[in-house]
Amino acid sequence: MREFLVGLWPLIKSVGQNRLALFGAAVVFLVAVVAIFAPFIATHDPLAQDPYNKLQPPSIEHLMGTDDLGRDVFSRVVYGSRTTVAVAITSVALATVVGIPLGLVAGYSGRWINAGIMRVMDTLLAFPTLILALAIASSLGPGFKSSVIAISVLGLPIFARLVCASTLSVKETEYVLAAKSIGCSGFRIVAIHIFPNVTSPIIVQGTLFIGYAILLEAALSFIGLGIPPPSPTWGQMLRASYPYLQDQPWLPLAPGIPVFLVVLAINFLGDGLRDALDPKLKSVRHVV
Amino acid sequence: MPQYVIRRFLLIIPVFILVSFLVYSLLLLLPGDPAVALLGENPEPERLEQIRRDLGLDRPIYVQYFEWFYRVIRGDFGHSIQTGEPVVEALKQRFPVTLQIGLTALLISLIISLPIGVYSGAKRNSFSDHIAMILAYFTAALPSFFLGILLILIFSISLRWLAPAGYVSPTEDLWLSIKSTIMPALTLGLGGSAVLVRQIRSSMVDELSQDYIRTARAKGLSEFTVLTRHALRNGLIPVVTVLGVQVGYLLGGAVIVETIFAVPGMGRLAVFAFFQRDLPMAQGVVLVTAAAMLVVNFVVDISYRFLDPRIQYR
Repeated sequence: MREFLVGLWPLIKSVGQNRLALFGAAVVFLVAVVAIFAPFIATHDPLAQDPYNKLQPPSIEHLMGTDDLGRDVFSRVVYGSRTTVAVAITSVALATVVGIPLGLVAGYSGRWINAGIMRVMDTLLAFPTLILALAIASSLGPGFKSSVIAISVLGLPIFARLVCASTLSVKETEYVLAAKSIGCSGFRIVAIHIFPNVTSPIIVQGTLFIGYAILLEAALSFIGLGIPPPSPTWGQMLRASYPYLQDQPWLPLAPGIPVFLVVLAINFLGDGLRDALDPKLKSVRHVV
Repeated sequence: MPQYVIRRFLLIIPVFILVSFLVYSLLLLLPGDPAVALLGENPEPERLEQIRRDLGLDRPIYVQYFEWFYRVIRGDFGHSIQTGEPVVEALKQRFPVTLQIGLTALLISLIISLPIGVYSGAKRNSFSDHIAMILAYFTAALPSFFLGILLILIFSISLRWLAPAGYVSPTEDLWLSIKSTIMPALTLGLGGSAVLVRQIRSSMVDELSQDYIRTARAKGLSEFTVLTRHALRNGLIPVVTVLGVQVGYLLGGAVIVETIFAVPGMGRLAVFAFFQRDLPMAQGVVLVTAAAMLVVNFVVDISYRFLDPRIQYR
């Protein structure tokens, strides 16, 4: 454990010297704290309706006003962070757990296995992202599970291709040839010698994909295919605010600004990690 | 070159078949029976059986797929379960609307990103470069559904310049059509420009450090010529790759902006089809958008040769 922490120190130091990455890390930490301690931070029950106090402007009693059912918007934004964090982290975990082994196998195996796996990944990349997410989420029905699966399927080819490309390059290195020559099994070479050397781009891409997953989850909720009401999500709150833009313009700002800030922070952090781990990697992202 | 074009085109076919199989099998998972969707709740069992037979739902899935695929390659996507309208007709009506908004968005992206990206690359690490990059970060983090709402708040509610929703075809009224396209296209275009600015800047920084740029400057060429005819021309390949990716973003983003601005395009058609369990319509929309992506990727690959004649295809 001590060795692991000592190994992490140069990375933490490098990120700490990058002011934007530091800001990103601080915001991500803050959102994690809000999500974990939501019951202590929220001022009201996020599901409690109060028809006599609906569409109230921000006040001391309701920091971000109330929605069309009289629910406290601040408390819903606080609880919404839980959904966002849970969906984003679970999606990235699922996409990496499936994508990394696929990429390792495709990169290390022969031409035909590589071609087979990569053509399937190309097929997934051939879809406009949100259309594929829409198809998967509506096929499985709205909910946490379908949102996670839809977002993971979009991440799967990204991680598989990234790991495959890195594996193709690492497997030609001398230490891998040396491991082969002393009779190491293919599994051992991939698990012990190749995988630890392809983790840097995975960490960078994984961080950036969390931001992308947050945007996708919010987009699916906005369309109505994310987590169904009454559980609060930021995308769903934005959609619900739409009919009241004219008279209650603060309603969309309450969930919209957190989405924007979190994604911005993750992008800063991801780019900071990229600069620290692999300056040669250049990320080009596109958002929803 | 022609051999490469043919071979690259032929490569689309297996991917298209895989895409079509994925679309067909994925959408079969849609909850609800299409025959029940057609007949309504509590239909007569004999009538239900008849409709299932007519729709081919009583046959094995692989037979259904091959029959559907055979019809699709002849341009027959079937009829909408909800409206009875031929799916091809609905796609013909909706595709130009999405294309109009998508192309305008792409134009907006390029108008914003080309000058800013080139300038930032040329003035690397200057104050204006830092401002441009921070703005690019901010725009990239703005989700389209939030940006769209912000634009409505600014242009429709505060300034009252544009209608908050709706679409007018250019054949009906060109000026109203342009006005109805601005906000959806700006929503998509601004998001796209953030990625493009960063890519153009990065390409320019790479190219401007090359020896041929020093030679061009030594020859006495103006800085404008050096930047546009030399550096930008050579840095366009990664930019075109990103532009290709942007088309996918525009097609996907259409789902959101068409929902926000009530635009009757492919994205809104997709949402309706999925919510109403309209299987043929959903299959048609997803397959056509995926096919459009394949064609764009093909054009991007082919365009490399025109951008850089040194590229040799094997």
